[in-house]
Amino acid sequence: MAVFLFILLSLTCIGSILGMILSKNQAHSALYLILAFVCTGGLFGLMSAPFIAAVQIIIYAGAIMVLFIFVIMMIDIRKGLSPERKKWILYPSLGIGLVLIIELIFILSNTLVPSKAGTIESFGSPKTLGKVLFTKYLYPFEITSVLIIAALVGAIVLVKKKEEK
Amino acid sequence: MIPIYYFLILSAVLFVMGTVGFLIKKDLITQFMCVEVMLNAANVAFIAFARSASSLNGQIIVFFIITVAAAEAAVGLAIILLVYRQKKSIKTEDSSLMKG
Repeated sequence: MAVFLFILLSLTCIGSILGMILSKNQAHSALYLILAFVCTGGLFGLMSAPFIAAVQIIIYAGAIMVLFIFVIMMIDIRKGLSPERKKWILYPSLGIGLVLIIELIFILSNTLVPSKAGTIESFGSPKTLGKVLFTKYLYPFEITSVLIIAALVGAIVLVKKKEEK
Repeated sequence: MIPIYYFLILSAVLFVMGTVGFLIKKDLITQFMCVEVMLNAANVAFIAFARSASSLNGQIIVFFIITVAAAEAAVGLAIILLVYRQKKSIKTEDSSLMKG
């Protein structure tokens, strides 16, 4: 059952990323990417990380992709279309991809994977994760909030139109 | 129990798809989406290792990666909007002022 779910989710994920790369319309690409992120969330759920799965679906597939779609809405995508001049870039990049995947699979097949038999029942639940987050990782957690407010202020300052004097 | 290697192979495939997509696409928004796909591939690998080591540290790192990705998306999209305002286009070929 779990293997079947894994195959279904990963094939949907890979297929929707292919659709994202191949589609000409940016809005369609964003919708394909949402599907891919939801599938990844399902995979996280399979790997005994229910809290991270929820965070993935709420923040990635929800918040970040809504930002993308807002920006696509504000930009006139047909206006800036210039004729595709460089077609030759396709073959070198496919070559780079091929080399990269061979390297990665070679590395991964030599990886020592630690395995402890029998995970705890509450592994990855919000309660245990929150305990670790607020004790061992308290300072990184607080610094993350500073990072987010800096990004927020930075984005507003960047996009704000200068007042004419 | 699914073998850990399946997840690692899936993560490698996702990462390579993100890389190739970044190289062959020609508009800034889709390239940015490909960067998100690469981040996501790293997340899959982290979660897989966290489960195989029964350690929560991997999941915490994924939590932080997702937060940083949110901040990065906000700033990156603001920069894309600025490029669009200056060049009236989001094609990478149209922003080649420094090409010489």
